[in-house]
Amino acid sequence: MSQLLLDVNGLTMRFGGLVAVNGVNLKVKNRQIVSVIGPNGAGKTTVFNCLSGFYIPTEGSVMLKSEQIAGLKDYQISRKGLVRTFQHVRLFQKMTVIENMLVAQHRHLNTNLFSGLLKTPNYRRLEKDAMEHAAHWLKEVGLLEYANREAGNLAYGQQRRLEIARCMVTQPELLMLDEPAAGLNPNETKELDELIIKLRDEHEISILLIEHDMSLVMGISDHIYVIAQGTPLANGTAEQIKGNPDVIKAYLGEE
Amino acid sequence: MNSSKLYNAFFAAGISLILACLMIGVKLDTDSTVLTVKGATTEQWMWILTGISVVFLSQLFSTQIDALFGAIPKPNIQKILPEERKMAALKPWLIAAVIVVMLIWPFMVSRGTVDLATLTLIYIMLGLGLNIVVGLAGLLDLGFVAFYAVGAYTYALLSQYFGMSFWACLPISAALAASFGFLLGFPVLRLRGDYLAIVTLGFGEIIRILLNNWTSLTGGPNGISGIAKPTLFGLEFNRKAKEEGASTFHEYFGMDYSSSYKVIFLYLVAVLLVICVIYLINRLMRMPIGRAWEALREDEIACRSLGLNRTIIKLSAFTIGASTAGFAGCFFAARQGFISPESFVFIESAIILAIVVLGGMGSQMGIIFAAIIMTILPELAREFSEYRMLLFGLLMVVMMRWRPQGLIPMKRPNLELKQQ
Amino acid sequence: MSEFSLYLLQQLINGLTIGSTYALIAIGYTMVYGIIGMINFAHGEIYMIGSYVTFIVIAGLLGMGMVSLPIILIIALVVAMFIASTYGWTVERVAYRPLRGSNRLIPLISAIGMSIFLQNFVVLSQGSRDVALPPQVTGGWSFGDPSLYEVSLSYMQVMIFVITIISMTLLTLFISRSRMGRACRACSEDIGMTNLLGVDTNKIIALTFIVGAALAAIAGLLLGLYYGVVNPFVGFIAGLKAFTAAVLGGIGSIPGAMLGGLILGVTEAMTSAFFPSEYKDVVSFGLLVLILLFRPSGLLGKPEVEKV
Repeated sequence: MSQLLLDVNGLTMRFGGLVAVNGVNLKVKNRQIVSVIGPNGAGKTTVFNCLSGFYIPTEGSVMLKSEQIAGLKDYQISRKGLVRTFQHVRLFQKMTVIENMLVAQHRHLNTNLFSGLLKTPNYRRLEKDAMEHAAHWLKEVGLLEYANREAGNLAYGQQRRLEIARCMVTQPELLMLDEPAAGLNPNETKELDELIIKLRDEHEISILLIEHDMSLVMGISDHIYVIAQGTPLANGTAEQIKGNPDVIKAYLGEE
Repeated sequence: MNSSKLYNAFFAAGISLILACLMIGVKLDTDSTVLTVKGATTEQWMWILTGISVVFLSQLFSTQIDALFGAIPKPNIQKILPEERKMAALKPWLIAAVIVVMLIWPFMVSRGTVDLATLTLIYIMLGLGLNIVVGLAGLLDLGFVAFYAVGAYTYALLSQYFGMSFWACLPISAALAASFGFLLGFPVLRLRGDYLAIVTLGFGEIIRILLNNWTSLTGGPNGISGIAKPTLFGLEFNRKAKEEGASTFHEYFGMDYSSSYKVIFLYLVAVLLVICVIYLINRLMRMPIGRAWEALREDEIACRSLGLNRTIIKLSAFTIGASTAGFAGCFFAARQGFISPESFVFIESAIILAIVVLGGMGSQMGIIFAAIIMTILPELAREFSEYRMLLFGLLMVVMMRWRPQGLIPMKRPNLELKQQ
Repeated sequence: MSEFSLYLLQQLINGLTIGSTYALIAIGYTMVYGIIGMINFAHGEIYMIGSYVTFIVIAGLLGMGMVSLPIILIIALVVAMFIASTYGWTVERVAYRPLRGSNRLIPLISAIGMSIFLQNFVVLSQGSRDVALPPQVTGGWSFGDPSLYEVSLSYMQVMIFVITIISMTLLTLFISRSRMGRACRACSEDIGMTNLLGVDTNKIIALTFIVGAALAAIAGLLLGLYYGVVNPFVGFIAGLKAFTAAVLGGIGSIPGAMLGGLILGVTEAMTSAFFPSEYKDVVSFGLLVLILLFRPSGLLGKPEVEKV
């Protein structure tokens, strides 16, 4: 049996009097694609913000590889191997694609100020490695030929893929994608679908997904969590969720 | 021309009249002990009227004027210069030529000119230092002059109390200014941008007040005088060596004494320092830290999600900027031989900021260009010297409105992936 | 009461006097920040211009032989408010409005430029030296034990309190009751949405600058009369203080600005009671840094929730 990569228990987030997330539990195993679905405003992105450290959860525990990460700073969490994308693509628009990839490797690259100022051989080697690593991931997402373009000039679907590639160069173990298919055409969605499966199968990472595109979610998820109004509603495999009357009610409203 | 234009024009002219009348039209004056109000002279009224008519006409014909401005082709540096590949080949030669010219010309011009060039070089250093903070990292620092003061006082005090030499103090000044930057930056860099501006402004004032009031150490408003000038491997540039047994430059080389040696030497030291600073910044911009500054300016949230520690990255920009100012301050103290808190008022910070803004935030070429303009123009137009600050202020407003990217916009050092 | 506590009482009175004028200036910062989220660096200069206009009007009216002090003061107040508001409005129109929607740094730099411009405009037109006005409002009460320490409360100080309280009350009523005030509040919640709902937000922003400038002019009149001198450089430091007050109280919050001003004034007065008075500026900036570190939203401000 595979080990638990992420184990979230009783995650609660309050803003003043408003309870945005209430007692959410999530479990992600190694090499698993797990989806979080729910109607708009259900608190899915808030869950992501809590997990990635942008918000500090009011209550609950977040264990990554049996280590408590709730309360850590965002950059510390991402260094532990939990990296996310955003609902609205956040690229460094004015920088080139390859530079976007290098910024993401900042912590691996930024060894010593003086070695960089003097261009020591060690520094050159590190920079060369970083370039190769970046090029490798650009190739994986099919953006290698655009490496020297300004990121802001890419097509929307390409920007989405660049954002994923940029996460991947940080060598995460758990990748969190916030509505990666939003705004993509059916063709691009299909490519995304393949990419996510490839990340799991070939690169052996786990993926936590927020998505509204039900065919994508149902097609690739190993496990699905449904939340509505910040509260967990159901969880199970795609088949179980499809047949769950509570879920249908939450999406369609009561008759 | 429609009536709303006419209405606008009258309105603007009316507002200008109100604004001008009470401040320019009447002047407060103390007549023996009584405060009186004097009307403006006819000449001043003529000026006011001229100003108002300009406002009126510019509002009335604003569309035409805009069209006229739009018709002026913007100078496109990229087009004037030869194409990129040729440039890359030419670049080392160009740099060498510029350096040679900079080394030779002081021997052919007057002392005053060389002295002015040295001052310009100090401003270039300051501008480049502030550029790291404002232009590259996007942090508005309004107390930059405080680090300049720290550098200057470090050298002045070390030289006065311990007799340390300029060259030994140069790194100490930079390091001390950097540590001040670090200490200030560590708590405040977490703040939002505009808070940072005001806190650094307050910090600048605190440093000035301390310098002014800590009389026992800094001499208070009287400042410190008689600061030693730099030496060339121990050779002084005075007529007579200060210390017994030490020799001076002209004695050592068997030349007649000339005070212009000192001026030229100071200039050459400044050139050396500026070249060092330019080299360092150029490297930094191409290093991971430089990319991180830029990335942080573009999207802070994305940076955090990728594991970049924003406080450390901002702090590095802030500290490196401060150390450049410390560098410049040390040299300034050595050049002047006298420093007082007067030299480190807010207006100095504002001038340095104006240089960065005018040249183009992030653009090193632009800042060098702007520093030259900003120091030489006031010298050329001495009769307008009282208008200097007024024009600086106006320039900042005008630049932000029409050309926020500056005279020579920043060109990013694009890193290219070479395809195998 | 002991000598010491009487001394402290005197410092408290002085502190509240200065503090209430800081509060008046701070409102201009806080209102503008609340609506368009920028620091109006030129605001301190507006206050300074208000002081100058006051001096000009008073000196002019006295020169014309007018004797009734209340009438002179009222005319001075009205003219100062009008002129300062015109300056405030023009600054917004010329230096800030065209830059709306650009990168945050850009209007900030423009504002600094405007501040330098206005300061030097006054230097050029009025000279850079102190202008002194003999005390107009004289006299006062004194109490306490004359053998120990006499606490004085001048009529001028009373006037400062009264005018400040009246202005604050009127402002609060305006903001909470009037249509324009409601629009102001709506703008500070969400300016884009308010615009969509058909409110001319440009007008509201202009109004904010006008109201802020008018209050600064009142402070200019009061402090000008209190100190009896003005020079073109008073705006810079007063602006910084007032901004500190605004942040202390929670920027964007009007009651916060009032509270912050009073606290800052008292802190300064107490500092100068025990240390050389030059250090009071150091203390107030130190205070600013401390608040920003430990409570960036100020005493009465709302904490900002970051949108990801």
